[in-house]
Amino acid sequence: MYEIVEGFLEAARLIVTLDADVMAIALRSITISLTATVLAGLVAVPLGAAIYFGTFPGRKSLINLIQTLYSLPTVVVGLLIFLFISRVGPFGFMRLLFTPTAMVIAQTVLVLPIMTGLTISALSGVDPVIRDTLRSLGATHLQFLANVMKEARFAILAAVAVGFGRAISEVGAAILVGGNIMASSFASSTRVLTTAISLETSMGNISESIALGILLLLIALAVNLVITTVQHR
Amino acid sequence: MVALLFICGCTGTTTDPVPDEKQQLRIATTTSLYDTKLLDHLTPIFEEQYNAEVLIISAGTGKALEYGQRGDVDVMMVHDRAREDTFLADGYGTNRRVFAYNYFVLVGPESDPAGVANMTPEAAFTAIREKGTAGDANVTFVSRGDASGTHSKEQAIWKAAGFNYTTEVKGSGDWYQEAGTGMGATLEMANEKEAYTLSDIGTYLAYKGDLDLVTIVDEGDILLNVYSAMQINPEKFPDINSTVAKDWVNFVISDDIQKEIASFGVDKYGQPLFYAAGDDWEKIGVTEAEVKDPIA
Repeated sequence: MYEIVEGFLEAARLIVTLDADVMAIALRSITISLTATVLAGLVAVPLGAAIYFGTFPGRKSLINLIQTLYSLPTVVVGLLIFLFISRVGPFGFMRLLFTPTAMVIAQTVLVLPIMTGLTISALSGVDPVIRDTLRSLGATHLQFLANVMKEARFAILAAVAVGFGRAISEVGAAILVGGNIMASSFASSTRVLTTAISLETSMGNISESIALGILLLLIALAVNLVITTVQHR
Repeated sequence: MVALLFICGCTGTTTDPVPDEKQQLRIATTTSLYDTKLLDHLTPIFEEQYNAEVLIISAGTGKALEYGQRGDVDVMMVHDRAREDTFLADGYGTNRRVFAYNYFVLVGPESDPAGVANMTPEAAFTAIREKGTAGDANVTFVSRGDASGTHSKEQAIWKAAGFNYTTEVKGSGDWYQEAGTGMGATLEMANEKEAYTLSDIGTYLAYKGDLDLVTIVDEGDILLNVYSAMQINPEKFPDINSTVAKDWVNFVISDDIQKEIASFGVDKYGQPLFYAAGDDWEKIGVTEAEVKDPIA
């Protein structure tokens, strides 16, 4: 019990005093996961829309497949990306293994399915009356698409937020392709909140782990607040 | 936007030929050198002297060998003589130098439920197994179980004690548990379970403050633990950073760094975590060239 209380006090100190190492790790987590989220969003939202509005054989099965991939295990993504970018792998010449870029790639792949799938759900959730109205008012195909997307924008934003949440909270892929490196420069290091928690706990540094865990929760809270604020505007 | 800059900023760092750009050195290391913070102590010295940036992937000898074999790192720092020999013979590694040594210790709960204190390592292992397989619930052994150098040593001790590791030890009952993780984490686990485990003395001393485990057996020739550094062979992987890799290997066997290694942790733990290999090559059974001769 004492350990937990002490851990929380020390954690509070690390956060309040803006401990340089802890802040760098938190900032790196945000940077990497945000980059992955933006990249995945640029693909997932148009892709989701294309699948939703499209009519092609196998559409239902494709949606099923995407939904199955929601629970794509992070270590499996890590393993696949590792095999592709390791020096002897097909993209080994790019020397990406153990870089933040590798982590961005892995997290992008990881969150693509859930963001695509939730975009499809977001569009499905648009009131049918709006669709009928648009059609009856003689909207062109493009106007129709634009207006349905506009109606679904908050739900799509929520899809993106869920993707970010999955990206920043995963540890399996981050450790496999990142290597949990703490280098002297920010850009070469690959230690993020989750991998740091894993390491610090295994080294018995409980207060650091708690501090990092609190930061992870604070980031999630902040993202949630931003989205709620946007949705209420 | 910041995010995009970040991506662009970090992809080209290893190949960029800009002269004042720092060379990057990737080291895959056994966890003991990392968990004891020895490498954290040495890398800033190297970085300043060679204008390089050191990236350390702490993984255990088995994984380090795997990374080396795939050409994903420039240097390996490991402690498993037999597997290193194979690695060198297969042409993946080159220029091995021995830079440090210490000893393995069998640690366990102070109550020593198997009653093996001060036995030889082989006899202690035999007794632990005997009690464990007989169903004594107080006797547990936590193995690294991760193909690390320490795991290799543990298997060697089982073999020396006359057991077939795969059939007579592994999976022979709940008394034998594989952690599948690094040395520090394994010590934490053994501590929670009040179990025996084999550890290098360095990691044990570095963690001792947080542990209730005590040294049970620390004498026996088989407990010798020899650390070496080697380059990944640039003939296999031509774009490897071989110059700075060479610098690193020469750095760890240099007189100054040998002194740093020998004195590391003495102020904090009252005894060294590692011994410098420098003048003890005879004692640890390697050639003088392997501890002294810088790579040309």
